[in-house]
Amino acid sequence: MRLPLKATSIKELRHDAGLRQVFAACVTLGMAVGVFAVSFGVAAVGAGASVAQTCVMSLLVFTGASQFSAVSVLGAGGSSASAFGGAALLAARNSVYGLAMAPHLKGRVATRLVAAHITIDESTAMAAAQEDETHRRAAFWITGLSIYLFWNIGTLIGAILGSAIDPKTYGLDAAFPAAFVAMVWPLLRERRSAMAAAIGASLCLALIPFTPVGVPILCAVLGVVVGIPSPRLSHRPEAAQ
Amino acid sequence: MSWAFVFALAATAYAFKVLGLVLIGDRKLPPMLDRCLALIPAALIAALVVKDTFSVGQHLQVDARAAGVGAAVIAAWRKAPLIAVIVIGAAVTATIRAAT
Repeated sequence: MRLPLKATSIKELRHDAGLRQVFAACVTLGMAVGVFAVSFGVAAVGAGASVAQTCVMSLLVFTGASQFSAVSVLGAGGSSASAFGGAALLAARNSVYGLAMAPHLKGRVATRLVAAHITIDESTAMAAAQEDETHRRAAFWITGLSIYLFWNIGTLIGAILGSAIDPKTYGLDAAFPAAFVAMVWPLLRERRSAMAAAIGASLCLALIPFTPVGVPILCAVLGVVVGIPSPRLSHRPEAAQ
Repeated sequence: MSWAFVFALAATAYAFKVLGLVLIGDRKLPPMLDRCLALIPAALIAALVVKDTFSVGQHLQVDARAAGVGAAVIAAWRKAPLIAVIVIGAAVTATIRAAT
């Protein structure tokens, strides 16, 4: 990969049914992201951040869960250290997404450094749902960049206006798991992916009550152990033992 | 909130994001590692669904979101387009919430 997309391929891809779905989904998801971003802007200013600090946070941290966690701890009078620790724990899963995306993000170092910044839940999930490399890369960039745009515009609006609609009123908190359901669905056709998903989800559910927020998702990565035996052996369970 | 806090968090968040890309880089990976990396999205996205549907912080809770995500599962199974799955998930959740 040299550029995310070549100029000629953008034209072709615009008429691509698969990517049209990606675009439509990004706009829809982007609006939900925008509403959450407005409420982040409000919460951050409420917690004592300036408008500039709030916006720089969304521009440079760009990890929604971490940002919300940081301002809610600080807003409740918590120490910087505890706010930082909780936020860092929530940001840690992006390193796992980086591992997953790395084989698909070859090319110029500068491009990859930009790609790193938009390596988040949504971009990784949307890429994973695609069937070939071209669509995977396109979906990653389209999703990451559009969410970056909506997140930052929303943050600015919230920080300036100081009031927001509650995303829950419109069920927008459920928009994300719903989107992730659609993105993980095509993966479940493959037996090993389905097993990895089942293990990841079960571990996460089991750990939620007992571990700090952010840890259950990190532990879900253990689901990939089903990839260890070679595919040939996996059809002969007796040989794997 | 201090600027130092903002920049420290930004640096940490970016370090995490770039870590995976740097670790793998252009290296040719053994097939076993390749297979495991390819399974990361399935494991983590499934976990995200569960977390976003059933948790509030460290508490497990079944509420309107479960109905919305349940409807999204049916929509995905019926091969509805992605945008429809998202809208259905949000709309069902909002409706149940408004009704209860």
